[in-house]
Amino acid sequence: MTDERNRGAKGDILLDMRDVVIDGYSDERWHEIIKGVSLTLNRGEVLGLIGESGAGKSTLGLAAMGFARPGCRLTSGSITFDGMELRSTRESDKRKLWGTRIAYVAQSAAAAFNPAHKLIDQTIEATMRLGTVSKAEAQADAIELYRAMQLPDADTIGFRYPHQVSGGQLQRAMTAMAMTARPDLIIFDEPTTALDVTTQVEVLAAMRDAVERFNTAAIYITHDLAVVAQMANRIMVLRYGEEMEQAETRKMLSAPEHPYTKSLWSVRSIQKKAETSDDYILEIKDLDAAYGKGKNVLHDVSIAVPRGKTVAIVGESGSGKSTTARVVTGLLPQNRGEVLFNGEALPPELKNRKKDQLQKIQMIYQMADTAMNPRQTVADIIGRPLEFYLGLKGKAKEDRIVSLLEMIELDESFYDRLPNELSGGQKQRICIARALAAEPELIICDEVTSALDQIVQEGILKLLMRLQKELGVTYIFITHDIATVQAISDEIVVMYQGAVVEQGLKTEIMSPPHPEYTQLLLSSVPEMDPDWLTNLLDGRAKAG
Amino acid sequence: MSDDDQTYSAAAEVGMVRQRRSRLQRIRIGLKSAPPTAWFGMIVILCYLFVAAFANFIAPYGEADTSFPAYLEWGAQGHVFGTDQIGRDIFSRLVYGARNTIGIALVTTLLSFLIGGSFGLMAAINRSWLDQILSRLVDVLMAIPGLIFALMLLSIFGSSTIGLIIIIALLDSTRVFRLTRAVSLNVVVMDYVEAAKLRGEGLAWIMRREILPNIMPPLVAEFGLRFCFVFLTIAALSFLGVGIQPPTADWGSMVRDNASLIQFVRPWMAADSFGANWARLIEDLKLASPPLLAAGAIALLTIAVNFVVDWFLHKTSGLKE
Amino acid sequence: MHPIVRTVIQRLLLGVFTLFIVSLIIFSSIEFLPGDFGEAVLGQAATKETVAAFRRELGLDLPAWQRYLEWVGGVVQGDFGQSFSGRASSGQDRSRSVIELIGPRLQNTLFLAVLTASIAVPLALFLGITAALYRNSVYDRVVNAATLTTIATPEFFVAYILMLFFASLWSLFPSLSSVTPDMSLGDRIYSATLPAMTLTLVIVAHMMRMTRAAIINLLASPYIEMARLKGVSQSKVILRHALPNAWAPIATVIAFNLAYLVVGVVVVEVVFTYPGIGQTMVDAVRTRDVPVVQACTVIFAATYIVLNLIADIIGIITNPRLLHPR
Repeated sequence: MTDERNRGAKGDILLDMRDVVIDGYSDERWHEIIKGVSLTLNRGEVLGLIGESGAGKSTLGLAAMGFARPGCRLTSGSITFDGMELRSTRESDKRKLWGTRIAYVAQSAAAAFNPAHKLIDQTIEATMRLGTVSKAEAQADAIELYRAMQLPDADTIGFRYPHQVSGGQLQRAMTAMAMTARPDLIIFDEPTTALDVTTQVEVLAAMRDAVERFNTAAIYITHDLAVVAQMANRIMVLRYGEEMEQAETRKMLSAPEHPYTKSLWSVRSIQKKAETSDDYILEIKDLDAAYGKGKNVLHDVSIAVPRGKTVAIVGESGSGKSTTARVVTGLLPQNRGEVLFNGEALPPELKNRKKDQLQKIQMIYQMADTAMNPRQTVADIIGRPLEFYLGLKGKAKEDRIVSLLEMIELDESFYDRLPNELSGGQKQRICIARALAAEPELIICDEVTSALDQIVQEGILKLLMRLQKELGVTYIFITHDIATVQAISDEIVVMYQGAVVEQGLKTEIMSPPHPEYTQLLLSSVPEMDPDWLTNLLDGRAKAG
Repeated sequence: MSDDDQTYSAAAEVGMVRQRRSRLQRIRIGLKSAPPTAWFGMIVILCYLFVAAFANFIAPYGEADTSFPAYLEWGAQGHVFGTDQIGRDIFSRLVYGARNTIGIALVTTLLSFLIGGSFGLMAAINRSWLDQILSRLVDVLMAIPGLIFALMLLSIFGSSTIGLIIIIALLDSTRVFRLTRAVSLNVVVMDYVEAAKLRGEGLAWIMRREILPNIMPPLVAEFGLRFCFVFLTIAALSFLGVGIQPPTADWGSMVRDNASLIQFVRPWMAADSFGANWARLIEDLKLASPPLLAAGAIALLTIAVNFVVDWFLHKTSGLKE
Repeated sequence: MHPIVRTVIQRLLLGVFTLFIVSLIIFSSIEFLPGDFGEAVLGQAATKETVAAFRRELGLDLPAWQRYLEWVGGVVQGDFGQSFSGRASSGQDRSRSVIELIGPRLQNTLFLAVLTASIAVPLALFLGITAALYRNSVYDRVVNAATLTTIATPEFFVAYILMLFFASLWSLFPSLSSVTPDMSLGDRIYSATLPAMTLTLVIVAHMMRMTRAAIINLLASPYIEMARLKGVSQSKVILRHALPNAWAPIATVIAFNLAYLVVGVVVVEVVFTYPGIGQTMVDAVRTRDVPVVQACTVIFAATYIVLNLIADIIGIITNPRLLHPR
């Protein structure tokens, strides 16, 4: 696989964006999404573009191709790719670049592949347009690339349809698709966000390998600093459409300058000291559960939750961690086993549970947006459990609502707001207040921070820890994010395919020796170290 | 997005924070941003409702009063739009037609929402046998085209106003059922409904407080559209002679009774002078006006409702498409 | 069995089942006739004997299931029984068989429907697709406003306006379209122009809006954006990436609107006194000639069900997930 085209020397400027302003259309008018961002990218260089949701990362990434999504427009500034000004280039001329010299890797490969065509036909579509190779040659090359991406059955996988291939494999196939024409520049738009951590490692490794092998320049867009550290030479931090800071990866990681950049690290700075006790508030014993008449998705699950402590249940999608929570809350009656709460067995069916049993176990959801009725005010939402469980009315209820608001660091001015008048973090706080209003002993937190931006996550976690200290409430924390686990838990339960792999004190679980799956899971979590992926792959190669 | 802040404080956290407004203020602001089409629609609807409500006072003669000479011209003997083939005042019949046609369509639509809405809500919450039975039943009922089904039932039960209302409401409730069920299902799966269940709330409370307020906007929009549909169906049936029966004045049968007048409009002859042609056309159109006025009255109302619904949907969905 | 075959068979069986239930409903309608309908049909002067004979002829003395089987057996062979009209109180029977009554008229209706569909379908698809491609342009807005207005207008209003302009003011077409068996094809088309034009206007409005929505929905898929970002040309994006996934929604739109055509036909035939099955049905409803109404309902309902069935099957056989199972 040699490259016949003259690429120019490494270090030449490939892409130069100057004062780019991009507008988006909403509420009947144009708003600035990108407010004058400049960046340069040299040949063979990888720039990491990091920021939170709404920062304008994808918009900026697409603008590097001279592309604006429907409802957006490239308002001003210049975008020069290899000496060509893309803003003034005709669409038909830009098309000649797209797919051949600049390629794009989308976030959800499952949606970005056309369901009606075989993978390989979509893979070679851009190369075939160049007209320099025959179809057979292009296919042979695509198969080579599949192999380079470490796809299983590289010879035949391309002849399948997208829905016949798994998500992680599709993501690698999409990187192969971007590579077929050996482009000068690839835009990676959150390519691993939808993947589990153990799959993410393989995809990251394949992508980095491909970029290095063909000396391709890339813009890598993500919200995960640890991931971008593995890929990028340089990192730019974006917030609300503006550049916060830009630096070499190592420098950025060791000495971030901007306060906002520093805040991105913050969640990892929380460290709860692990403690446990023998007084168990909740004991889950030998649980088997299934949805409908299907196969069991929980197998013999036993978990003990010490009073006043935090137990984190960790696992990837399909591990059964959320199903366990559904059994505990009574939404999904178990087929076998029992759940003891304060030593007393909880009826499996929700409708058979007594009001005080319901009151003592509360739940906080991942998506605060859907967990609150959009037509009820904050006072309605927090007030209902007060009224329902405690029988509070009138002034007593109002006072209690205000004191709960203060407890979650909000003030009286939120009393009669509707959910759509709150920010993401505020919404989650209201959900916490709703749970607290019931005066529970146990709160189940289902991925409560994973939909939030880093800086907001930190605030929520600190709040939860403070409340635990003040009220002595117990948490079951369901999450896939190891950093969150590190921050908040006392004990950890690792789950895999519906079974418990191990349970123990955080300090024990986090330090070797590990069972095989825990080892894989823990080692797959990206760390804030540019050499992490290299070391990990080296280590795995030696081991295996 | 709004301005940024570096130091973290939950209360000051920026997001889609909007100013708190009372319901009245919101409505006023909403109205201010209404496009001209919506304004046009609202004004037309208000006018219709006014005429329908005060038909007795507005109409100079009774709706079935045949005591005048037939085929009077516009303005003759105080009849604004003349009289019809059996000497009834056209203007009075148009006014009473507003009350009868709109009234019957409104009652029918309300009934259809009562039936379809409550069953749809029940099916969405009780997702077992009840949902299965109702959904299959509705599938079968909807496999017969509505107007055809209505015609068949009318041939059996005859055309009385009550029968008409019940038949159309029942047939139309299938569509209301489907919509209510679909939008309720979207709400039922929301975490806040699950949270209410976990709290131990009863079914009635969940339906009334958690689900109903959230399915109202699409249902209100659908009400407008269903009203138009019912209104047009009833007008069509009356036009076909099997809907609202004489002597009750209604627009559909007014079109039918006077339709032949249109054929008396004489061709535009190039031979005469333009002015003479024009004058003759006006004269002919006045003569042919009863069916056109009645049909136009129907069309204007449905267009107006459509414009308002269009704007309402646009507003509540918050989407551009 | 290949999943496609299985799904198609399932769908066909469901269609047959629906037809069965619908036939039950239509058949049972006669059960709800008021008890004195014999007198109503035969006239006030009918003797007890003639009424009894009439009831016997209808088989009202037999159990319902037996009559149903006979009725369905007849329907399958195209025999819908005898019309109620033409019966006299004397017991003299000058009634005609239903199929004799509606047979030629069904042909006329089919002719009108085919004529309309052959104009409306291509026109609506063209307008819908172009409006979707040039979304929010002036063209799109104009087409949108025009169709919204047409949809909100009753068919008979459209019909009379067309009649006013193209028959009365400008004598281009006949205002009343009579079609006879001995007419040439050209004369038939000429005669049916105004009804076909009315139906076209109404159908195009609905179909265009649905097509537009379906195409916009399709073009918003991430794989279409991906194709564009691969530099695939606009025409190829449409032909290669959008079209293979568009059959199902387009088939649904067409079937829905052809079924709608079935209903629209009734009103339009009455306006132009076009001798079709719709007008026959309305006349029969007015005279409460139940066998004729039943026959018409069966025909309309069956058309409707079959059209929707075809659309579903097109959706199934063009679905790549079913075509290429795991």
